[in-house]
Amino acid sequence: MLIGKTSSELRDFNSAQYLPTPSSRLLTMRSLTEEETRTLFTKLAHYTGKSLNALVTPDEDGRLSVFRLQGSRVYYVDKELANLSTSIPRDQLLSMGTQVGKFTKTGKFRLNLTCLDLIAAHARYKIYIKSNGVMPFLYGSNVLRAHLSKYSEDMPEHAGCVVVDENDVPLGFGVTSRSSQEAKKLEGTGVVVFRQADTGEYLREEDTLFTT
Amino acid sequence: MGTGRRMGTKQGVPAPLDESKISSLKKRKAGSAEAPKATPKRRRSDADEAVSKKQAPKKKKVTAAPVKAEKKGSKKAVPVPMSDDDEEMEDDEFGDLDGISEGSMDSDDQVEGLSDIEDDDSVVDSDEENHARGAMFSDDDDSDAEERLTAANIEGLSRKLDAAQQEEEEDAEQELQDAQMQTNIAAPDVFADENQQQGLAPDLQLLRQRITDTIRILGDLKTLGQPERSRTDYVDLLLDDICTYYGYTRFLAEKLFNLFTPMEAFAFFEANETPRPVVIRTNTLRTNRRSLAQALINRGVVLEPVGKWSKVGLQVFESPVPLGATPEYLAGHYILQAASSFLPVMALAPQPNERVLDMASAPGGKTTYMSALMRNTGCVIANDASKPRAKGLIGNIHRLGCKNTIVTHMDARTAFPKAMGGFDRVLLDAPCTGTGVISKDPGVKTSKNERDFLAIPHMQRQLLLAAIDSVDHASKTGGYIVYSTCSVTVEENEAVVQYVLRKRPNVKIVDTGLGGFGSPGFLSYMGKKFDPKMALTRRYFPHRENVDGFYVCKLKKTAVTPAPKSDDTESRSTGRKKSRSASAASSDDESVDKTPIVDENGHAADFEGGAFSAFEDPEDAERIARAERNRLRRKGLNPKGVLNKPKKSKAEASQKTSKTEEPSQEEETKTVASKKSTNEPKGEKKTVTKGKEDKKPVTAEQVEKPTKAKGEKKGDKKAKKATK
Repeated sequence: MLIGKTSSELRDFNSAQYLPTPSSRLLTMRSLTEEETRTLFTKLAHYTGKSLNALVTPDEDGRLSVFRLQGSRVYYVDKELANLSTSIPRDQLLSMGTQVGKFTKTGKFRLNLTCLDLIAAHARYKIYIKSNGVMPFLYGSNVLRAHLSKYSEDMPEHAGCVVVDENDVPLGFGVTSRSSQEAKKLEGTGVVVFRQADTGEYLREEDTLFTT
Repeated sequence: MGTGRRMGTKQGVPAPLDESKISSLKKRKAGSAEAPKATPKRRRSDADEAVSKKQAPKKKKVTAAPVKAEKKGSKKAVPVPMSDDDEEMEDDEFGDLDGISEGSMDSDDQVEGLSDIEDDDSVVDSDEENHARGAMFSDDDDSDAEERLTAANIEGLSRKLDAAQQEEEEDAEQELQDAQMQTNIAAPDVFADENQQQGLAPDLQLLRQRITDTIRILGDLKTLGQPERSRTDYVDLLLDDICTYYGYTRFLAEKLFNLFTPMEAFAFFEANETPRPVVIRTNTLRTNRRSLAQALINRGVVLEPVGKWSKVGLQVFESPVPLGATPEYLAGHYILQAASSFLPVMALAPQPNERVLDMASAPGGKTTYMSALMRNTGCVIANDASKPRAKGLIGNIHRLGCKNTIVTHMDARTAFPKAMGGFDRVLLDAPCTGTGVISKDPGVKTSKNERDFLAIPHMQRQLLLAAIDSVDHASKTGGYIVYSTCSVTVEENEAVVQYVLRKRPNVKIVDTGLGGFGSPGFLSYMGKKFDPKMALTRRYFPHRENVDGFYVCKLKKTAVTPAPKSDDTESRSTGRKKSRSASAASSDDESVDKTPIVDENGHAADFEGGAFSAFEDPEDAERIARAERNRLRRKGLNPKGVLNKPKKSKAEASQKTSKTEEPSQEEETKTVASKKSTNEPKGEKKTVTKGKEDKKPVTAEQVEKPTKAKGEKKGDKKAKKATK
């Protein structure tokens, strides 16, 4: 049941039907409202756990990054940069900093592939896959048991995780289909992680990835 | 000296490997590496031998010469005065170079090659590749011919051959001509079959032979040429042949031909037929060159460092996997980027925590390089006028992990510095005709016409002025503008720079910091004299450096644009800019025509001050008002209603052009009579409004007007109906 839900979510994740029509676009750039922040942080925390805090506190240089909403898209951007960008006409501002994802019209939040940088650095669970599993994953398939190299021992079911290759290069992220204990018992072809985003999208979804 | 030959063999973009390496690097396919050297022999024939013979000695002399030149260059390069921060960097770099100069550059196999990369990388810092250095050039020329050839490419034969070289060249040419004389009996009569081939498909072999013959004759017209033929005859013939053989339009062929000596022009045209080497740039935000090279080598890619002038470039000779789809690519470890497009960024040398503008940034190779050099600090505004192209730009920026960028799509001519100014550095890689990248896009050969060579430079001027105005001259670290194009023509390069030097006396040309790599810009061209500092700008040619044809100019803004003049010109120029850019699409002709007048006229300033004030303002105002009313009526608006809020409509007004005006007037004359009867009531109404309006600009023509206006309006109406 949950699996079904997840996979439908997966399908939706990449589909273009959620792109807002031009008329519905609200081209205001602003910081998030309380509710939006909650939605967004819940989503992010799914992958980062408590280290989400690191995202919203100043780094060692004292530089603070903030979340900004432009249209339906949310950007994670250095505060100074965000302030600078206010002088650009809204309809001509295409992107700034890192795009995190977008709010759907129903108020849900969808993470975009581009937030990989953000969550990979603070990921709670990481799944390492063998080199023979890298290409299938980048082509958009789920992670199979046979491709697993190593993974966190304490992973529960349906937890957000970042998929990395053996050199610790992040490849994408997804949700686990089983807990680590169960995954161990799976046969080779069993799915361990449902893919949600992978870097292959830079090529496959080139046209829709950044549509505002 | 220790750095000498070994580095020599590797530096430079084309960097064909030594012979010794070829065995170890499995193979090198044509087109990947030794592009200019192995000129593409389309049809091998006896004729070609003449060519190759010819070319060989030429190259020798070329190679020998730069070596000498470099001696000077390398010594010179160090103390070149630069801005304080730059100087600091230079020192660092040279220190580094000393450290690694003994690095295994002459390694014979890949493993060593790698270690060499390692050496580099141990000192790589995203920042330090900003300046090519003189130290990298070799002093000794005791290598064999092959190596020299390489060295020549590498060393960036860029240096314009100075007088001594010229002599040497001529000697070599002479020699070779003598040799050919012996084999070829005498100078062939290139005009012999002038009339025979009309209407027939040209025999390319013969054509090629005739081209080489003609070039040879042009080299020494006195002895080889026929007395009754003038140089023009020969040049005409040669141009015709080149057009046929390579498929250029006559116009473009002539334009390109005039840039070079006949011999060099031929080499240029030849080089345009071969692809440039594939080069990738390491993204130092994500990885370093050593690990990237290792990862790619594990995938079976054959590569080596692009040369000493860049610490992030890797030249790819052969790849069993598509380089644009490897996991490393997707993870943002590198980007496919032509070697030439490293250069403007290296010249710009953005520093951390600066505010930098890239005015025409898609597809993002340069933007991401800047971002990497700034180590993701400060701010990079990446602008591009095209939204679809900006999409790829955003993709690259995110893939490469650049977090300090703002992507905008604005018309850079008007948007900057209006939307944002005060930049520490501005990179303007201007849209151009692309005559430097013909090998990439052969469509240029036929698609560019005179109009393009007027309209595009005009736009480039506007852009460059906007770039200069956006820079903060008081910036502690910067105040620089880099102007670059991927075109080789003078109109788009030196002429544009010359124009802005005159328009903005507060900028000056400074050294690009690219060292001896590339040739200096032209100081004069076809009777036009350019600023003596123009020699500091850099030109790159496919046949000399084996990079795309390219031009890089670095400007420093030293002061705010002088107040009295600036007020005057600024307001006017921005005003004109606005109207022009608005009307650019439809009435390029009009706007373009104005530029050369201001431009080539020596007294541009006088012109600026004087001529404009001499206009008959009242008369003009009347005409303008009339045209405006006509236009509005044509649009179906009531002029009276709209003209009360003139601001908006005027901006739009200039968009609609005089183009539509003429046909309407024609129609008007035709239709006045017939319309009068049919549309009586409406017509009357409008004439009434018309009359009222006319009271505003009071002139002698008032009497005439109503009738004329009536006619016009009716004509318009009819036109409208017709369209419906």
